[in-house]
Order: sequence, then structure tokens, then C-alpha cells
Amino acid sequence: MSAVKTNYYVPHHTAWWPIVGSAGLTGLLVGASMILNGASTGSYILVAGLLITLLMMFGWFGTVIRESISGLYNARVDTSFRWSMIWFIFSEVMFFAAFFTALFYARAYSLPWLGGMGKGVVTNELLWPAFEAMWPSNGPANIGGAFKVMGAWGIPAINTAILLSSGVTVTWAHHALKADHRRQLILGLALTVILGFTFVALQADEYIHAYSELNLKMTTGIYGSTFFMLTGFHGFHVTMGAVMLTVILLRCIKGHFSPDSHFAFEAVAWYWHFVDVVWLFLFIFVYWF
Amino acid sequence: MSTTAAALHDHHEPQLTGIKRWLLTTNHKDIGTLYLWFSFIMFLLGGGMALIIRAELFQPGLQIVDPQFFNSMTTMHALVMIFGGVMPAFVGLANWMIPMMIGAPDMALPRMNNWSFWILPFAFAMLISTLFMRGGAPAAGWTMYAPLVLQTGDAFPFMIFSIHLLGISSVMGAINIIATVLNMRAPGMSLMRMPLFVWTWLITAYLLIAVIPVLAGAVTMLLTDKFFGTSFFNPAGGGDPVLFQHIFWFFGHPEVYILILPAFGVMSQIIPTFARKPLFGYASMVYASASIAFLSFIVWAHHMFTVGMPLAGELFFMFSTMLIAIPTGVKVFNWVATMWRGAMTFETPMLFAIAFVVLFTIGGFSGLMLAITPADFQYHDSYFVVAHFHYVLVPGAIFALIAAVYFWLPKWTGHMYSEALGKWHFWLSAVSLNVTFFPMHFVGLAGMQRRVPDYALQFADFNAISSVGAFIFGTSQLLFLYLVIKCIRGGPQASARVWEGAHGLEWTVPSPAPAHTFNTVPDSEVIRRETLA
Repeated sequence: MSAVKTNYYVPHHTAWWPIVGSAGLTGLLVGASMILNGASTGSYILVAGLLITLLMMFGWFGTVIRESISGLYNARVDTSFRWSMIWFIFSEVMFFAAFFTALFYARAYSLPWLGGMGKGVVTNELLWPAFEAMWPSNGPANIGGAFKVMGAWGIPAINTAILLSSGVTVTWAHHALKADHRRQLILGLALTVILGFTFVALQADEYIHAYSELNLKMTTGIYGSTFFMLTGFHGFHVTMGAVMLTVILLRCIKGHFSPDSHFAFEAVAWYWHFVDVVWLFLFIFVYWF
Repeated sequence: MSTTAAALHDHHEPQLTGIKRWLLTTNHKDIGTLYLWFSFIMFLLGGGMALIIRAELFQPGLQIVDPQFFNSMTTMHALVMIFGGVMPAFVGLANWMIPMMIGAPDMALPRMNNWSFWILPFAFAMLISTLFMRGGAPAAGWTMYAPLVLQTGDAFPFMIFSIHLLGISSVMGAINIIATVLNMRAPGMSLMRMPLFVWTWLITAYLLIAVIPVLAGAVTMLLTDKFFGTSFFNPAGGGDPVLFQHIFWFFGHPEVYILILPAFGVMSQIIPTFARKPLFGYASMVYASASIAFLSFIVWAHHMFTVGMPLAGELFFMFSTMLIAIPTGVKVFNWVATMWRGAMTFETPMLFAIAFVVLFTIGGFSGLMLAITPADFQYHDSYFVVAHFHYVLVPGAIFALIAAVYFWLPKWTGHMYSEALGKWHFWLSAVSLNVTFFPMHFVGLAGMQRRVPDYALQFADFNAISSVGAFIFGTSQLLFLYLVIKCIRGGPQASARVWEGAHGLEWTVPSPAPAHTFNTVPDSEVIRRETLA
């Protein structure tokens, strides 16, 4: 063996955070299960689990930030983080792919078959002879009752503009960080955070509109199911992303990042671009066509 | 061991002892050990469930358990064996071996590694607790087909959420393996010099991060269909139960390669060692593994030939499935060619490896039969399918795991295991598994359905034979447990090389491997010598 030390940072042992995280997540999910099964005590367990999970996140991320600032992470550790973030985002892409599959399958196969196309002739004839396939649809049994469609060119178009602009502002902030322009960095990032939360607020407004005026609900057949699950999971990811951006903004203000070492910033920016791209697919396939 | 390990420790870092060592460890070897013991416990649990199934099926008629509980046993047996047994066991091997094989000081993300493991006991506590719930444990099969699975009782959300937790663990584990393999190789360990076990795990990790989230999406849709009024799998609302099957098997088919690709890697380490020849066709093995992984994404609907797909779909999935026989054939050919005119010896790992090659191939051939759409209309949901997938999983994945344990146990413990006991274990297992599973081909072809606790009288003899085989197989594994514990506690000292024909960086460190290996980069000349490209 040669005498070159690797200098790769391997903590000798971890804090209690992983096991605390497991307990927290389990509490959260056991509580949720109990609530779904109609046991009211579940909500206490759920809240306890959520608090423990949040505690874990504060503790764990805090440890990582302290280690990062004290210079324990060399270039190779940085590369590990990069690979991990890339493939984490890829796994998120595949999660959304499942729901897009449901959307495309319903539109391309299940609804036309229910309407009597191809192999669906007999089903249509025997079960729902009056049903004609079209999109949007809440199915042959008109599940959820008559509803109106969410148009693409109101709030969704504005939200598209907002998210695309936020992609620009976060890139501006990144350039400012690399050029060591602190004021521009904080301004760009603050704008991104504001745009992100504005998106979430408008999305919430859209949901209220859908529920109260369009009779468009999660229970509105396959259209309502795909609409709310896709936009809902996306909205959840935007919220997470905006919270992450806020944390990064606070860290920028505290001066945690340098022009050549700011992976946390970049990881969150990648994540932000990812929710941006998912939104474009949503806008095209859920709202527009 | 303690002196070597202590010498390699940084002095200011205290060594944890007792339970804290296992709860707080970031050491890839400790975490690997945790994974392996956890999976062994799950194997015993899932095996116990299998024996309940075989006890009930020993005779026609209902005698031991009621049908609902029988269905719970088939469902839980599969979930426990797949997610608790085989997958964590291979992750355990990856943890132990990959850093040592590529000359890395540890896994790329040691803390996350700890969490990947410590989610598992919690997730399985949730899943197994469903056995005691109102309505019983999930009983709709591990495939969870809607709408049947929506009739599950209180167990339903617990099952869904435990799958989410298992998914988080798997994705974090996969990300860690990818980051480790791509980023932590010692200088000189180029991709095409990596041991095949590392290659197959890298490819497996990509399969995991591509399909586990899809499973998470699928079960989330089940959850909302049951509790929140969505219509994903409800035709009245414009959905389709078949949609669930498509999404599930888009996960499920790559999943079966997740269970077997690391086994291929293990075989590609063991066979050259005991044939004392370099692996035949190294590059073709890499390309074959990648081809299998790619094809696994476009064959999923061969699980659903009888569901009523358009003809074009039936044909596409039949032919794409048959294509998999080509890269798999390349692998089997290469293993045989490696043994050809080798100076072979037959230590226990090699016995299990040879049995793997022969018996896995039987499972492969029955898979080809099932791939033929019109024939599958007859075989579907029969015991022939059960025979098929148990032939690829038991003498496939599980024999590979057992072989791997025998192969590396001296490296882990520093002691040689008892070769006599190992051979007993091998012959008892190899014979009894064929007694268990081979008759299932016959009863399946004759029309016996799977997942039913009762059967027609003409299947009685073969089922009785199967049950006897199953109990012998199950009991034999206790011998394995005894052997492993005996080896940990003592035995003849193992050398660093352990096996005469062994090559690879893991054989250059002492046995037992010290707690920290390759804190200094291994010499590139050593890498060149150990990895004959």
C-alpha cells in the first residue's frame, strides 16, 4: 500500500439522528394509518411523529452545516453529494412518472375502451351504453357529479410565468454568488423565495376556486384524481423547494457560502429547476391539452 | 483483530461499545453485518410463513388455518422474503464488500447508510404488526391488485406506509452505492477493472432508483382510491384496475432483476476463484448485465397476458421477454466456459455456485415457457408459475446469498467455517429444494391454482412430497445458522487470501478485515495485479 491518506471524511459514528428519524417517520405514518382507520388517538401520534421528524431534520442538517463550515468536506466528498442529489432528483422524476402514466393511460386507453373503442365494445354495450369517451371526464358513472374544467390561461398561465421567472432569478443569484456580489445574490434569492411562495398561494387559491365554484374535486372521477394528485404532489414539492430556498437565503445572509464552495445552494437550485420542469409538463398535459 | 483495528483508528475517536456501536455506527462493515443479520431473521420469519402454507397444503381440504389467514400467509411470505430477506441481504453484501473491492475507506455517505438500515426494522414492525389487526394481515397477494386489495381491513394503510418506508430505505441505499462506485474507486480501479459484483450492484442500484418511486406512486394511488375517493382504478370514474397492474409491474419486473443481478455478480466472483481461471468474457458479462437491466423495463406486461390486452401488446411483450434469454444465456455460457478445463475444487461456496448455474437455468427455461403468450394462458396463476419463480429465487437469489456468506465468512470473521457442516448444508438444501419445488411444475401444468388453500384430490401426492421437502429445506437452514455462529465464535485461522484462486482487493487485507480498510489508497500496482482485465 502506498502512504497516501484518502482524507475522505467518514464520521466515526453518527449522532442519534438516523434512529430518531426512523422513529419520527414511523410515528407519523402509524398516526396517519390510525386516523385513516378511524382511531382518533392517531392524531396525537401523528403530531408527535411529525415533531420528531422535524427535530431530526434540524439536528441532522445542523450537524452537516457545522461540518461543512469547519471545512471537513473536501472535493471528493463534494462529488459524492453531487451524485447523490442528481440521482435523488431522478428518483423524484420517476415518482411523478407514475402519476403521469395514470393520466396518459386514462386518456389513451381506459376512457376510449369504456366508450366502446377496440376491445371495449362489449363493456360499453353491456355496462354503460350511453357513455361516450372524451377528455376531461369523470367516467361513465359521472362520479362526483357535473363539473367544470380548470382552464389553462388563468392562474395556471400566471403560475407558469412565475415559476419560469423564479428559474431566472435563482440563476441570477447563482451567478452573483460565483462573482461574489452579495447584494445581488440576496436580492435574487429573496425574489426566488417570494415567487415560490406566490406560486403556492395562487395554487391554493385555484384549489379553493375548483372546490367552491367548479365542483372539481379529488372525487371528480379520473379527471379530478389525476388533476389533484399531479398538481398536489407538485405543489407539495414547490412548498418544500421554497422552504429549502428560504433556508439557503438565511445561510447566504449569514455568509455560509463562498464563490467556489456552495454545494447546498446548487443542490437546492437543481431541485428548484426540477419542480419547474415538472410544472411545464403539468401545464401542457393537465391544463392545456 | 483489536490490535490491527486500533492501530488504524484515529486516536481521538472513542470506540463505541454495546448497543450504541450498532445504533450509531457509520462503519460500512458494521452496517453490512446489521443488514445481513436482519435479513436472516426475516428469512426465518418468511420461511416460517412458507411452512404454514406447506403444512396446510400437505393434504387436500382445510385442516390447519382458515382461508383468510392462508391468503395472509402467501401475501406476507412474499413481502417479507422480497423486501426483508433478499433485498437487505444483498445490500448487506454490498456494504461489506464494495468499499473493500474498490479500495475505498467506507461508503460515500456513511451517516445516510446508517439510516438506510435503521428504517428497515421500523418498517417491518409496521408491516408485521398487521398480523394482529382487525381484518388480519394483507391477504390480496404481494402484488396488491386493485380492487381486491381495497378490501383489506385495518392493515391496509400500515401496509402502504411500510412500503413507502422500505422504498425510502432502498432509494437511499441505492444512491449511496452509486455515489460510492462512481466516486470512491481507488486510482487505477477503472470501471472495466471493477469486480463483477460491483458492476452488477451499480446496475441494480440504477434499477432501484428508477422503479422504487414508481411503486411508491402506485401504492399511493391505492391509498387515495380507498380513503380519498379518487378513481384511478375504478372504471365507473374513468379509471381502470388494469392500470394498477401496469404501474405495479413496471416496478415489479425490474424488481425481479434487482433480486437476481447481484446474485449474478456473486457467481462471477466465486466461479473463477474455484475454477482457478479468470472469468471468461468479463466485458460481455458487463454488457449482458446492462442489457438485462435495460430489457427489464420493457417486458412488464408478460405478468398480465390474461388480463385482456390488445393483441399488439401481447405480441410485443412476448418477444421482448424472450430477448432477455440472450444476455442471460451469455452469462450462463460464460460461467460454464470459466469452469471449462479449470482446476476446479468443490468447497461449499463452489457447490452452491454450481447448483445455482444448473437450477437457476431451469427457472430460466420455465420463464421462457411462460413468456409464450398462448401457452401462458394455460399456465397463468397456476403452480407452474410458483415453481418458476421459486426456481429463480431459491436456488437463484438465495443460493447466491448462501454461497456469498460461505465465500466471504472467513474474511469477515477470520475463521474458516466447518467444511463438513457446509457440505451437509449444501446437499440437504439442494436435494430438498428440488423435492419441494419440482413437483409444483407438474401440479401446475395439471391445473392446480396458486393462492388457494385447498385443491383437487389428484394433486394430493405431489403436494405431500412438496411439503415434506419444504420442511427439510427449512430445517436445514438452522444448520446454516449454527454453522455461522460456530464460525464467528472460533475455528481455524483464515489467511488473508483465504482461497487459493481468489483475486481482488478484499483478499489483500487481513482476515478478519480490520474495522477500517483502505484509509490509505491501495497501490495501483496491487490493483493491476488483483484485477486482471
